[in-house]
Amino acid sequence: MPTPTDDVMRTADGTPLKISLQRALVRSRLRALLLVLPLLAFVLVFFLFPIGHMLFRSVDNRIVGSVLPRTAVAIQDWDPDRAKLPDEAVFEALVRDIQAAFKDRTLGRVGRRLNYEKPGMSSLFRKSGRGAARITGAPYRDRMIAIDKRWGDSSTWRLIHRESGALTSAYFLAAADLKLSERGAIVRQPEPRRIYLTLFYRTLWMSGLITVLCLLLGYPVSYLLATLPLRISNLLMILVLLPFWTSLLVRTTAWIALLQTEGVLNDIMVFAGLLSEDGRLQMIHNKFGTVVAMVHILLPFMILPLYSVMKTIPPSLMRAARSLGATPFTAFVRVYMPNTVAGVGAGCIMVFILSIGYYITPALVGGRTGTFISNFIALHVGETLNWGLAAALGALLLGLVLALYLIYDRIVGVDNMKLG
Amino acid sequence: MKRVWSSLAMVAALALAAGSAQAQNLNVVSWGGAYTASQQQAYHDPYMAANPGVKIVNHDLGSGALAKLRAEVESGKVTLDLIDMTAADAIIACDEGLVEPIEPDTWLAAAPDGTPASKDFFAGTLTVGGTNCFIPQIVYSTTFGYRTDAFKGKQPSSLLDVFDLKAFPGKRALEKRPNNNMEWALIADGVPAKDVYKMLSTDEGVARAFAKLDTIKDQVIWWTKGAQPPQLLADGEVVIASAYNGRLFSAIVEKKQPIAIVWDWQAFDLDGWVVPKGGKNLAAVKKYVRFATDTQRLADQAKYISYGPARHSSAGLVGKHAKLGVDMKPHMPTSPENSKTVLISDYVWWADHQAELNDKFNAWLAK
Repeated sequence: MPTPTDDVMRTADGTPLKISLQRALVRSRLRALLLVLPLLAFVLVFFLFPIGHMLFRSVDNRIVGSVLPRTAVAIQDWDPDRAKLPDEAVFEALVRDIQAAFKDRTLGRVGRRLNYEKPGMSSLFRKSGRGAARITGAPYRDRMIAIDKRWGDSSTWRLIHRESGALTSAYFLAAADLKLSERGAIVRQPEPRRIYLTLFYRTLWMSGLITVLCLLLGYPVSYLLATLPLRISNLLMILVLLPFWTSLLVRTTAWIALLQTEGVLNDIMVFAGLLSEDGRLQMIHNKFGTVVAMVHILLPFMILPLYSVMKTIPPSLMRAARSLGATPFTAFVRVYMPNTVAGVGAGCIMVFILSIGYYITPALVGGRTGTFISNFIALHVGETLNWGLAAALGALLLGLVLALYLIYDRIVGVDNMKLG
Repeated sequence: MKRVWSSLAMVAALALAAGSAQAQNLNVVSWGGAYTASQQQAYHDPYMAANPGVKIVNHDLGSGALAKLRAEVESGKVTLDLIDMTAADAIIACDEGLVEPIEPDTWLAAAPDGTPASKDFFAGTLTVGGTNCFIPQIVYSTTFGYRTDAFKGKQPSSLLDVFDLKAFPGKRALEKRPNNNMEWALIADGVPAKDVYKMLSTDEGVARAFAKLDTIKDQVIWWTKGAQPPQLLADGEVVIASAYNGRLFSAIVEKKQPIAIVWDWQAFDLDGWVVPKGGKNLAAVKKYVRFATDTQRLADQAKYISYGPARHSSAGLVGKHAKLGVDMKPHMPTSPENSKTVLISDYVWWADHQAELNDKFNAWLAK
């Protein structure tokens, strides 16, 4: 066997070392991948897929096309810009669709779907289902108009024409207080119906306020936790963790008992002569109550990352700064604080993102002025069953959080974040 | 050969016996608390005593039932067998095709005198909102409670007094939804009850209702859960509150709070059963529903909670409270004394306008 003459390093079996090394690397990477595969599959199945599925509902518009298939096809030839009603063939398709849907009991779905766009569609379809069941032959148009004169109104038909496609922008528009006009232009909702932008704005600024308050209150506590002797700091740690482990509902209800007008705090102030009996303060069921209760509930999420970062700052740094002539204040601001930025960033982002999606506490103590956008997502998921709008509101909230996260990454840098 | 057959038959018989001996679970969804307890005592316990093979399992989902039902029906894995819902939710469920249509006279028991179910249940309650999926159990009402120690002299006695801050100063609690509040505002503003919905269909009518609510807006605490208003009254946080009449009964009679009821323009509502579409135990559910909605069972429920049975034939059988011994008839929202003026929700109208008025109401609240 001739020895290779080139100067490539080879293994015992003659393959070049480089290739052999690469193969070994690929094998070990595959093994590593195999180890994380269960987690990957878990994330995909239980996290990405359901979220994606839910978000898809915000544009999904298959109801009209699936319940009224013939009408959805027939109406495509109709020109919605002309005032003329669709012709007899479209009405015949409508009658057949309604008769079939009435029998399958799917007609209510289409009525509810179109009612989101135009109040009254729900009862129109309810009425037409019973009426159309008795129609046996032509003239379909006149008979449908006889059941309800709204079938003779071209605005009804424009709506069906517009919403017969498989995708819709209506939910996202509604989530931004917009709508499509009858002619298909994007316009603002009439003033009395504008609600969601106000709520997004309120959710953002109140979450910001809660984050700032948590930082102001949490920073000194974490500092004490990190610097006091172990015996005392352990006790302090228990005081931080105990409420953290207590049920959310219990803590929220406790705040109601404390803050309500006939509650403990008002009683004490009246007793102390600070308030008159008639001048009791309204401290709950408004913004104030929401902020107080949420700051209390979210405070541990600020304290714990701050503490874990402060614990790693060697006390010798401060002593060195002092020995070099800095005042205690300068040493704290110039040496200690910059070292805690990672913890501040982590705590702030955690508290802010948690509070932006908070729902139970604002629902219980928010009253009229302290509720968040998530309360409306819950309303549309649980009560009105308008999951499309809930998904659109959720998608906007998700987009907002991601955008803020990117901005944060630009300014502070996510690599600098430290959770523990 | 004959022996083989007979032994096979024996095995089959044994398997059948084993099958029937194994308890069949029925998953029943309701509201929890005193309400589920009343159903447990009036329906579930006697049924399980008579049918040892059936075990009824309660699930307290409350108003979350509708979303859970939809999720189950869409995924095709229906585990719930029977759900207790308000009529408004049942209409949504029926429209969305999430529940089974019912045939009253084949599914439900006739009255003791032979009147078929379709005639014995209160008129229109089986076809509420033009649907046919809902089996009513009780009539409940949202009405007003007030603190008897809050006012010297004259006490509130009518809907007008709720809106009268001069004669009856103090905080109010109202439910945080447009339903009932909009109607009450218009009635208190002088609109005849029969014209309320026609009025609310116009922008001016909605504006008029809000204008009336504006007169008390900064004195109102808005509640979202049925347990809140009695608590707010008991704590003295409010002096007048709209609340479910059963909750008020419990605060007044069971907990002896200084609270009294104003029945004027109480808002009637219905609560009843719906059967999820695609449930696995339809036959067993039908058998149970037939029992649980018969004349005696509906009357029995009123021994435990002050909600009116939805059958004409049950009214005469309503007796005393099981524990307190109080005569329940005067506490029923349906008693003639209490129901002189009643607001009856127009479900069809609300199905059309709920989304629109939710937006308007919440926008008004946020202002």
